[in-house]
Amino acid sequence: MTTDQHAVPLLVRDARKRFGDVEALAGASIEVRRGELVGLLGPNGAGKTTMIRAIAGRVALDSGSIQLFGRTVTARDPRREIGVVPQELAIYGLLTARENLEAFGVLYGVRGADLRVRVDWALEWSDLKDRAQESVKRFSGGMKRRLNIAIGLMHSPAIVLLDEPTVGVDPQSRERIYEMLASLQASGVGVVLTTHHLEEAERRCERIVIIDHGRIVAAGTLGELLAAARSGGRTLTMVLDVPWPAAADVPDGFSLSADRLTVTAAVEDGGRDVAARIDTVTRLGARVQDLSLAGASLQDVFIGLTGRELRE
Amino acid sequence: MILLTFLRIHWIGMKRDRVVQALTFLLPIMFFSIFATVFSNQADPTRKVRVAVVDEDQTAYSQQLMKALMAEGSLDVRVTAAKEGGNGAMLDRAAAEALVRDGDVPVAVVLPKGIGTAGMFPTSDPSQVRPKVLLLADVSDPVAPQVVSGMLQKVAFTAAPQTMAVEGMTMFEKYTGPMTEAQRQMIDAWKRGEGPTIPSGSTSESAVGLPVEVVNVMQPDQGDTSMVSFYAAGIGVMFLLFSCSGAGGTLLDEEESGTLDRLIGSRAGMGGVLFGKWVFLMLMGISQLTVMFSWGQLVFGLPLTSHLPGFVVVTLFTAAAAASFGLVLATVSRSRAQLSGLSTIVILAMSAVGGSMFPRFLMSDTMQQFGLITFNAWALDGYLKVFWREVPLWELWPQVAVLAGLTGVFLTTSRWLARRWETT
Repeated sequence: MTTDQHAVPLLVRDARKRFGDVEALAGASIEVRRGELVGLLGPNGAGKTTMIRAIAGRVALDSGSIQLFGRTVTARDPRREIGVVPQELAIYGLLTARENLEAFGVLYGVRGADLRVRVDWALEWSDLKDRAQESVKRFSGGMKRRLNIAIGLMHSPAIVLLDEPTVGVDPQSRERIYEMLASLQASGVGVVLTTHHLEEAERRCERIVIIDHGRIVAAGTLGELLAAARSGGRTLTMVLDVPWPAAADVPDGFSLSADRLTVTAAVEDGGRDVAARIDTVTRLGARVQDLSLAGASLQDVFIGLTGRELRE
Repeated sequence: MILLTFLRIHWIGMKRDRVVQALTFLLPIMFFSIFATVFSNQADPTRKVRVAVVDEDQTAYSQQLMKALMAEGSLDVRVTAAKEGGNGAMLDRAAAEALVRDGDVPVAVVLPKGIGTAGMFPTSDPSQVRPKVLLLADVSDPVAPQVVSGMLQKVAFTAAPQTMAVEGMTMFEKYTGPMTEAQRQMIDAWKRGEGPTIPSGSTSESAVGLPVEVVNVMQPDQGDTSMVSFYAAGIGVMFLLFSCSGAGGTLLDEEESGTLDRLIGSRAGMGGVLFGKWVFLMLMGISQLTVMFSWGQLVFGLPLTSHLPGFVVVTLFTAAAAASFGLVLATVSRSRAQLSGLSTIVILAMSAVGGSMFPRFLMSDTMQQFGLITFNAWALDGYLKVFWREVPLWELWPQVAVLAGLTGVFLTTSRWLARRWETT
């Protein structure tokens, strides 16, 4: 099948992969559109890395399909449209930034004048132009991260897969990396990133896909996820002036803090529901001293969908 | 308490690290065993020195000597051109020298014309030159000529006692005047086996006995400096293996840093990655051996430039095989620490058995044959053929063929082992 430039850049359907007894992917599907930044979230061992490696051709699926611009690819097929940025700093420390870019550029099929142009672009884009001739081992963590990302883009891929691109870097470098990714989006490149920084995903990603136990448990914009989440989007927190009466049971839909001084409850409606919750508490003998109403966060959605159990 | 804590930490660390355990306990035992085997076989009284004997004199005396040499249990004597059974034409000097040069025997004895009549006692007449027994020797084996020389003196005294006695009486009469009739009768009775035994006494080998001259037939014009080639090759090949395994370990570094994944995902693929590394390791090995031999020429007079074609051929195939062996060690190891331990054990063992540390030609025949399972033995044989035996290039084919074959086997093995890094 030939590539259709008007087709969806990346479409994964019903991906399944088993490693021995472990089902790493259990029918996961994902779609990435042109110029879109998709956050792939999930607890440890949820299947994120297997999904990324399957898209990159490093894991052969047991079943399911991967389409690049309408072309179905197997694990052995070349994937020039894809750029992969691993979580590890996959760079040569003794080489300079320019030498690293040149080496990987050639290995990914960039040659001659095009190679020079791409290296200059990558140095400019990653803000490393002034340090181009320096040995990479002297770079800061943030600089190495930026170079690591730039190397994955040397062959001008249409889709970039980034595994934890901001892990271990300071807030300034993180900002810079997201600026770089935004410029990629602006040029039409589809970006998929995995991250554990949920607030980053909340702020930066246009669409969020949550994967757990090899299945996609939620996908959509942040608003869509919040709307679909069990909490309804708001949490009412009531601080009591005296501890919750020992004799009184905590009603359904309410939760009590360990010191019995704070009661929380999910609310659907900002006006009527709040009044009803306060009324319930006061009728049981408690007195509300202070209250606050907060919108649900991606963290709430994430925990709500994947649970609080540790994944190790 | 602090000390105990440190002891506990290190003890647990060692207990859980198989590589450290192997290096600490297994390696010394292994090396002790290897060297004990090598040297105990060296001292083995049943070990025979192979020797070719040429009888140019063809007298009763020379034939007595030859028979006595053949009867010596410590010598494996060959007198004919045919290897087995002792059939075929008798050896002449040229054929015997060829046997030494080809490495079939470490020494050949030439009993020259006139030895039967010259006798064993020095003469005071300067015009009379006593013909010398020639030992045509491959002096890379310093032991064999010494053993054969000693055995020659022994058989000269024991194999022809009557000759020696008659000569002794003649010398006695020459310097002290004729014997009395009574003395002559006693001597005749002894010669008939009726007299008392003559007690043995010490003799000076330089004055009495067979005059012997050791001739280095390998490289008579270069003297001992040629042995430098053996040490250059031995040490060079051993360190070449260490360098190749160390440099091959970049695969493991790249795996750990994630770079290998990136390389495999590129157009090079796993095959390209391995091939690139193999070519680099081979070039590095060629450079390393060239530097080693060049240093040998500059400082120790090793004849590199006069043996350049052979050096190039053996070095090329040695480096190719060592590079592929380095890749096998790297691909079979799971970590740098494992590679370090494994390569230390394997390379040192191969070097000991294969002759990098102790010349194989000084080992027992069994150990020499056993050594051929190692890569080092074939590489060293190649260098010895070039620098020591000075064989024509085409005669290097067995070493080249084995090294090329090993290269193929090692490359195939490393490619197979490297599958674990590919698509899962």
